[in-house]
Amino acid sequence: MRAIVVMFPGSNRERDVCAALALVTGHEPVRVWHRDATIPESDLIVLPGGFAYGDYLRCGAMAAHSPVMCEVRDRAARGIPVLGICNGFQILAEARMLPGALLPNRSLRFTCRDVHLRVENNQTIFTCGYQAGQAIRVPVAHHDGNYTADAETLDRLEDKGLVAFRYCGPDGGVSETANFNGSARAIAGIFNNSRTVLGLMPHLENAVDPLLGGTDGRAFFEGLVGALQ
Amino acid sequence: MKGGSNVTPALAAEHGLTEEEFDRAVGILGRTPNMTELGIFSAMWSEHCSYKSSKIWLKTLPTTGPRVICGPGENAGVVDIGDGDAVVFKIESHNHPSFIEPYQGAATGVGGILRDVFTMGARPIAILDSLRFGSPDLPRTRHLLAGVVSGIGGYGNCVGVPTVGGECEFHSSYDGNNLVNAMCVGLARSDRIFYSAAAGPGNPVIYVGAKTGRDGIHGATMASAEFSSDAEEKRPTVQVGDPFTEKLLIEACLELMEGDAIVAIQDMGAAGLTSSAVEMAGKGGLGIELNLDQVPLREAGMSAYEIMLSESQERMLMILRPGGEADACRVFEKWELDFAVIGRVTETGRLVLRMNGEVAADIPVEPLVSAAPVYQRPWRRRPSEPEIDPASLPNRDPIECLQRLIASPMLASKRWIWEQYDHLVMGNMVKRPGGDAAVVRVSTDGKALALATDCTPRYCRADPARGGAQAVAESWRNLTAVGAEPLALTDNMNFGNPERPEIMGEFVGAIEGMREACLALDYPVVSGNVSLYNETNGSAILPTPVIGGVGLVANIRNVVDLALKRDGDTLILIGETSGHLGCSLYLREIEGSEAGQSPPVDLTAERRNGDFVRGMIRAGHIVGCHDLSDGGLLVAVAEMAMTGGRGAVLDPPSPGLPSNAFLFGEDQARYIVETADPGTVLKAARAAGVPARKIGMVGGVALTLSDGGAISIDALRATNEAWLPNYMAGMSEGVPGDGDGRSDDRAADQGEPARRAGFDRRSARRR
Repeated sequence: MRAIVVMFPGSNRERDVCAALALVTGHEPVRVWHRDATIPESDLIVLPGGFAYGDYLRCGAMAAHSPVMCEVRDRAARGIPVLGICNGFQILAEARMLPGALLPNRSLRFTCRDVHLRVENNQTIFTCGYQAGQAIRVPVAHHDGNYTADAETLDRLEDKGLVAFRYCGPDGGVSETANFNGSARAIAGIFNNSRTVLGLMPHLENAVDPLLGGTDGRAFFEGLVGALQ
Repeated sequence: MKGGSNVTPALAAEHGLTEEEFDRAVGILGRTPNMTELGIFSAMWSEHCSYKSSKIWLKTLPTTGPRVICGPGENAGVVDIGDGDAVVFKIESHNHPSFIEPYQGAATGVGGILRDVFTMGARPIAILDSLRFGSPDLPRTRHLLAGVVSGIGGYGNCVGVPTVGGECEFHSSYDGNNLVNAMCVGLARSDRIFYSAAAGPGNPVIYVGAKTGRDGIHGATMASAEFSSDAEEKRPTVQVGDPFTEKLLIEACLELMEGDAIVAIQDMGAAGLTSSAVEMAGKGGLGIELNLDQVPLREAGMSAYEIMLSESQERMLMILRPGGEADACRVFEKWELDFAVIGRVTETGRLVLRMNGEVAADIPVEPLVSAAPVYQRPWRRRPSEPEIDPASLPNRDPIECLQRLIASPMLASKRWIWEQYDHLVMGNMVKRPGGDAAVVRVSTDGKALALATDCTPRYCRADPARGGAQAVAESWRNLTAVGAEPLALTDNMNFGNPERPEIMGEFVGAIEGMREACLALDYPVVSGNVSLYNETNGSAILPTPVIGGVGLVANIRNVVDLALKRDGDTLILIGETSGHLGCSLYLREIEGSEAGQSPPVDLTAERRNGDFVRGMIRAGHIVGCHDLSDGGLLVAVAEMAMTGGRGAVLDPPSPGLPSNAFLFGEDQARYIVETADPGTVLKAARAAGVPARKIGMVGGVALTLSDGGAISIDALRATNEAWLPNYMAGMSEGVPGDGDGRSDDRAADQGEPARRAGFDRRSARRR
């Protein structure tokens, strides 16, 4: 399985996702600079977390207009899976590759902590390592993760099974308390129509090692790599 | 030479130079300095840059050891951690700017300390912040705390370096001067350390990073004076940070350092281009000639004086090997950074500045550096405080006292702070904020560093020498408590006005105590920073020598934390308990008194007990460990219980001691350890001559005392977690309830009490 990780100026969680992928595949993904003239063919494109272009203007707004995103969009259209984590999700939303937008957290503060997620749809290449309805414990670290979209879009996401993860309690129950950042319908991650593009705020890549605070993210990468091999 | 004659001693005095210092400058030049030169002398000879009050005392600290690669004097200290790796670290204050403009003051403090570390060739891997604020009763405290925390988070989160630990305390002595001390830890190859000494006459001098603007002009001078009520008016001297540019600088510098282009490198910190150019030339025994027309400027019409004294952030100065410009150009263009060749190294030994075809300044470097004033300020010892007899204090219900202590601003959970810091980025966080020390993995085979910041200012006030020794000992103890071998420390000396003999006496005493402890514990000082003049309208802060400690863990599998692990395990108290309540948190929070002598520090016992505990952790006999500090034994057990989500039943106090002296006394050199095999631990302790006694058993859902008093772990957590979110939401102290009605303010499901979470920051500069 060949993965590439696209680096923008200000990306800063590329190490984390590379390490998680390397743990499962046995080899490091290729890092691609956003201005590289050519991008190698791959089975997966990852947009990592960070603060691309400092998140100045709006989170992900400038990176979404980087030339490399034309290539990412073309490959996504060809069915190449694209995974956007945190800032990567914000970039995919700004690039209109996923619907909706990420607003500042309800608290207006950056929040780094473990949260619980409920797996809403496990019939995808990204989530096939989980049981449907399973609750997992993984970290978040963001200031702008409050997912929003109009009611019609939200209904469509729900109806078509395009909600990937929702914030929940340890028992899988969705509540306003568990929905720490105020996201519409507690949405933590969504797919595109073909479920080959996933954007999510939590850092599953930071939950792959028992000595580093948990392993609930590991099944995500194992499932994904398995599906792409 | 332009404009040479209009500088008077009065103008020099406005620049903070005494008459004697001005005469010395005239002597060095052989003429009256012009304005630009006056600015340069003033900055270089400020307390901030010259350490003129502290230098003779700092020299008495031990700075060497078998693992020390580079001690004080460079941008940061460097210590060998084996396998060709080195840890590079330093702490620095940003106190004055953070009080005037908390967000930018704290943010640029983080930026500055990051640059000190990656300048040496190290990738920054952790930030810690040691914060001290005034009384929570002042509305301003909430504003300062909110601004400082979001400034630290705003910068650190964006550059992608985890903020992993620190501390946060409140005391009315910081009402007019908060402390923001930031520590950065980086990782380098031990044979690829970069230094700042200029070399190779003719080599190009490169400027890279943000453009130079008019911000922060004379920040170093501001940081070298007391505040009066006009502090607000100094806001324009606070710099503005741009973490995005810093992130690009980190990546660009580290990428360029992989090749051989760089001969020497120095960040532009306090006193900007002046101090970086002078320090590089001074260390190399060479001269530097700069063409200020080439300096990238943010605004037109800046004078030589302004360019040389600007403290615009995110700028670096480099000396390249001949022809290195092409490599530099390739890397800096990739990272879209401004850069320019702005000068060259010379053999003249002079700093020569040219602008608009004229010489704007011409100063011999050696005397500018070596003739900087050094003062032996008069100092006076404080009369010693009386001992407090525990038997003289009223009997009080210990559970009630415990609740009040863990709800106090001092011990209340600092989760509200450290959850605003990305402590997980880089994916190496082994022990998250909230424990005795943060633990960060540095290699895939399990090697890790333990990191902590410590100081108990109330002890330092009562007895500066004891307090200085205690700060070092507690740092060493916190690293030991997770199983690490303490390697070395960095110190941030925060004090009042050194021109007052009693303040200078506090400084001298603290250094004496630190020296003694560093020697006894083989724990050298490899870098540090001094922040003086932390007083407002004549009222000084508590003496606050913050210690940033770094320890080595061979394998993260052998790390322990403070969480109680298993019902049925035994709790053992290591160390001697005499029930010392002088200067204790119990006395302050429960009896409302700050009186008494601070606890004695027996460094022999400290060493013996710590070495024993570390050995037992490594041998696998101890599964949980916590050092005893603020609040003593009962607070420590409560913190272990809250973190582990598990109760404990305690044995009766030592006979002959009042119960609360046993439970809340702050005797030093003590740990509580959890073990499944008490026989082995107690036997080994006897053999090692280490005082050890069983004090209770792990189990249940409550903390239960021998007199029958008890409190549930859930109630303890709720009490411990409530204060800070409620306070920040504008609610009065300790009122239970939902802070701002938002679910994320309270995280009672997540456990750890975490009062040492990562924070504090910068004013005098490097040494």
